[in-house]
Amino acid sequence: MKKNSKIRGFSIHIMPYSEIKELTITERVKKILQLVLGNRVVILQGRLRPEEEIRLIEDTMAMVDHIRSFKGIELAVVDAHRGDAGFFLKMRRGIAQGLTGESNSLTVIGPASIVKEIKKDPSKIEVFFS
Amino acid sequence: MLKILSRFFGGLFRRKDNLKIGFYGPPNSGKTSLANLLCRDWTGEELGTVSEVPHETREVQFKEKVEIEHNGKKMLLKIIDTPGIATKIDYEDFINYGIGKQESKKRAKEATQGIIEAIKWLDDMDAVIIVLDATENPYSQVNLTIIGNLLARKIPVLIVANKIDLRKANVKKIEAAFPEYSVVGISAKKATNMDNFYDEIFKLTKRV
Repeated sequence: MKKNSKIRGFSIHIMPYSEIKELTITERVKKILQLVLGNRVVILQGRLRPEEEIRLIEDTMAMVDHIRSFKGIELAVVDAHRGDAGFFLKMRRGIAQGLTGESNSLTVIGPASIVKEIKKDPSKIEVFFS
Repeated sequence: MLKILSRFFGGLFRRKDNLKIGFYGPPNSGKTSLANLLCRDWTGEELGTVSEVPHETREVQFKEKVEIEHNGKKMLLKIIDTPGIATKIDYEDFINYGIGKQESKKRAKEATQGIIEAIKWLDDMDAVIIVLDATENPYSQVNLTIIGNLLARKIPVLIVANKIDLRKANVKKIEAAFPEYSVVGISAKKATNMDNFYDEIFKLTKRV
């Protein structure tokens, strides 16, 4: 993408948890970042584990460092039924169960060049596009 | 497994001093301001420079043997200040602060590497102070991701709601966002409410 060029379009990739269920942490993060680098906004059923989320940030930074036009990502996790007051309970349950895909969460991951901002509060999420 | 055993046996025989306390949080929340305040008060020297430009701290910096005395109790800490964690870095954001293009690109590169370094240091911390800007929305995914990782690693956490000297500051919103954690509102700039902060640091280190 050229500097300051306008985004002509983007696609949304709905990713059922089954698509990444059998993958290792490295493969999951790689798959998501490949989609994001292809200007796709990924909506993942469920949420990543904490170590996967931080790895996603780590690998994103490594890519920002190496790919000239890539500025990073916007990332947000939304719970379908409850606000973030129950975040730690859910997180604990997620860690205990060792999986996260069966939860009622949705994870939105998009390239920062397309997703300008994701505003989140306990009851709603707003996605602002560039 | 080895890590868990090492942590368990290490905890049995280690004296609870010279604990490694990390300062984590998003960019521009005041981590270095707070670390500087501690280091200046107890060692006479500051740790790093502060600026309104985000990502001023682009590498992990630390001060060994910071002895804090409060209400007749003493404790020796290693203060570790880390670069603000973000999910995006755009060199043009630095240009908007009047920084030249080449310098902005250099800063952006250093900032990405600083974030990676900060994440790698997470495993080494005995306890972490999350510094949040009390005027900002606390529900950002970066905050939740950092705290989620500390929870998974069983590293004790204290949340500091900084910048309470500003009119927009809302400590209650941060308390509501993280109900399972101690939250202390301070102003690192004006050294406000530091007695409560030191009370909370002593409580935090007891949980290590």
